[in-house]
Amino acid sequence: MTDPIVVAEGLHKSFGDTHALRGLDLSVPAGTVCGVLGPNGAGKTTAVRILATLSDPDAGHARIAGHDVVREAGQVRERIGLAGQYAAVDEKLTGRGNLRMFGRLYHLSRRAAYRRADELLERFGLMDAADRPISGYSGGMRRRLDLITCLILRPEVLFLDEPTTGLDPRSRGEIWDSIRELVADGTTVLLTTQYLDEADQLADDIAVIDHGKVIATGTPDELKATIGDRLDVVLQDPATLATAATVLNTLAGTEPATTDAGRLSVALPATGLRLADIVRELDHAGVAAADVSLRRPTLDEVFLRLTDRKETAR
Amino acid sequence: MTALTSPLGRLRWTFADGLTLVGRELGRLRQEPGQIVAALIFPAVMVVLFGYVFGSAIQVPGGGDYREYLMPGLFAMVTFSAWLGVMTRVAADASRGVMDRFRSMPMARLAVPFGQTGADLLTGLLMLAIMVGTGLLVGWQPHRGLVPTAQAFLLMIVLRYALSWVGVYVGLAVKNDQVADAMVPLGLPFTMLSNAFVPTDGMPGWLRFLADWNPVSALTAASRELFGNPGARSGDVAWPLAHPVTTVLLWSAALLAVFIPLSLRAYMRTGR
Ligand SMILES: Nc1ncnc2c1ncn2[C@@H]1O[C@H](COP(=O)(O)OP(=O)(O)OP(=O)(O)O)[C@@H](O)[C@H]1O
Ligand SMILES: [Mg+2]
Repeated sequence: MTDPIVVAEGLHKSFGDTHALRGLDLSVPAGTVCGVLGPNGAGKTTAVRILATLSDPDAGHARIAGHDVVREAGQVRERIGLAGQYAAVDEKLTGRGNLRMFGRLYHLSRRAAYRRADELLERFGLMDAADRPISGYSGGMRRRLDLITCLILRPEVLFLDEPTTGLDPRSRGEIWDSIRELVADGTTVLLTTQYLDEADQLADDIAVIDHGKVIATGTPDELKATIGDRLDVVLQDPATLATAATVLNTLAGTEPATTDAGRLSVALPATGLRLADIVRELDHAGVAAADVSLRRPTLDEVFLRLTDRKETAR
Repeated sequence: MTALTSPLGRLRWTFADGLTLVGRELGRLRQEPGQIVAALIFPAVMVVLFGYVFGSAIQVPGGGDYREYLMPGLFAMVTFSAWLGVMTRVAADASRGVMDRFRSMPMARLAVPFGQTGADLLTGLLMLAIMVGTGLLVGWQPHRGLVPTAQAFLLMIVLRYALSWVGVYVGLAVKNDQVADAMVPLGLPFTMLSNAFVPTDGMPGWLRFLADWNPVSALTAASRELFGNPGARSGDVAWPLAHPVTTVLLWSAALLAVFIPLSLRAYMRTGR
């Protein structure tokens, strides 16, 4: 295993009274996708901006491919692409005009910049709109153009800050496909998102951050395993709800949630319980279940559990 | 792609990137023919509006045709629009994240403000050309020959370039294109509070003081003198109007000396 290509150690950043990052650590192996999840205001954008050399940390340091983001910002910039939270293209220029301009600014020769622009427009399905100004693009086309602008130089590391926010499912799927293609080509991607299914689909590893710190890391499966499977029970007779709740409470060790009359749901301890045992215990107590099912928690449930705001008042 | 290592290489890329950004402004103009048309019509409308509406009521000091008197003032007014245009474009880039993209790329950092001010210079030349055309149509003309005429236009260009750096700084400071757009009308009092349209003699003392020291007045007075248009100088005037060419050059040097460093610093620091 080689060294991780993105490393952040103890990053701190304050804006006035807001302590946006409080000792953030991150490490992304080359060729993988790291999903950074966190509620609004957790510090995702702040972290990405520091890694992309747009902002300096107050304390701590970060390296991209071994280059310090503050002292060797120039080398870092040659290796990264950044698609920020808001599409950063020139609204008044055409799609092709934007790609050509950015190609020139990446110091490609005129001929190479023009060729690369056409290649990218073709490959990412924007050829039809190539000669229209961006102001007439849909949200999805704009994000796609923003994304491919980062690809002009085939960056080693790509930072994507909420690449699909506000897009319809089809456009999101298209962006996902593009990201997968890039990863297949060897690009390392660090992606922040509000959509947990997006992280589930794309990320090899996930870092959950809250209040400027990483509070959990792991593969999607590992994270799901930390909160255990969920048990859903649908009762034949809603009147037995209280009894069923007591049984489940004893088995799982936590109060089950009663979603509506005759439905219960409870997180099982990570050690796991067998379905047969559960059904037998319910039977013993005289509860007839119409349906009993065990399922993996969704990443949403993991996220809500991890970032529960009740205990940490802001 | 070449690394920005040697100082010479860096200078070369700063220049090349600056040119690319000038090209960007031209590309934008091509996408917006409406803007070109507006730029063509605006000076023509001004000439007609001021020349024939005010001209019917205003006595030119020392006699002479009002439209001859007016043209240098309009040239100065268009020159002063530079900082407003640059400000709105810089603020739009800063608010839309385009500036962030530039700053995350391995490009020459100074190229962005230099490109933006360079592009404005081209726009300015185009507008001047249109104004000269319209002016000639309504009967204005320079009377003192080629060299003073060229000097007058050179003064306009120098001051315009200096003012465009004010625009870079203000645009980076407001960072919000809506605020910037809202500030545009503030440009009007600046140009009105001068000798561009009426002599300053009739203004109350404090107002006259401001108008006399306004660089718009100096540029207007300098061009009247160099073009040989009426109203050049009448009797006892304030120092800036007695030495208008020097005043314009001093203003330009002062603005450049203050706003280039301020803008570059603001550009490096944005979002840090
Ligand atoms: N330039 C700034 N000036 C002042 N405060 C800022 C600035 N940038 C970020 N913050 C604050 O820092 C905190 C973290 O912000 P950040 O944008 O990193 O969050 P985020 O995780 O990206 O949120 P979101 O999901 O809403 O995009 C927030 O409280 C925010 O208000
Ligand atoms: Mg954000």
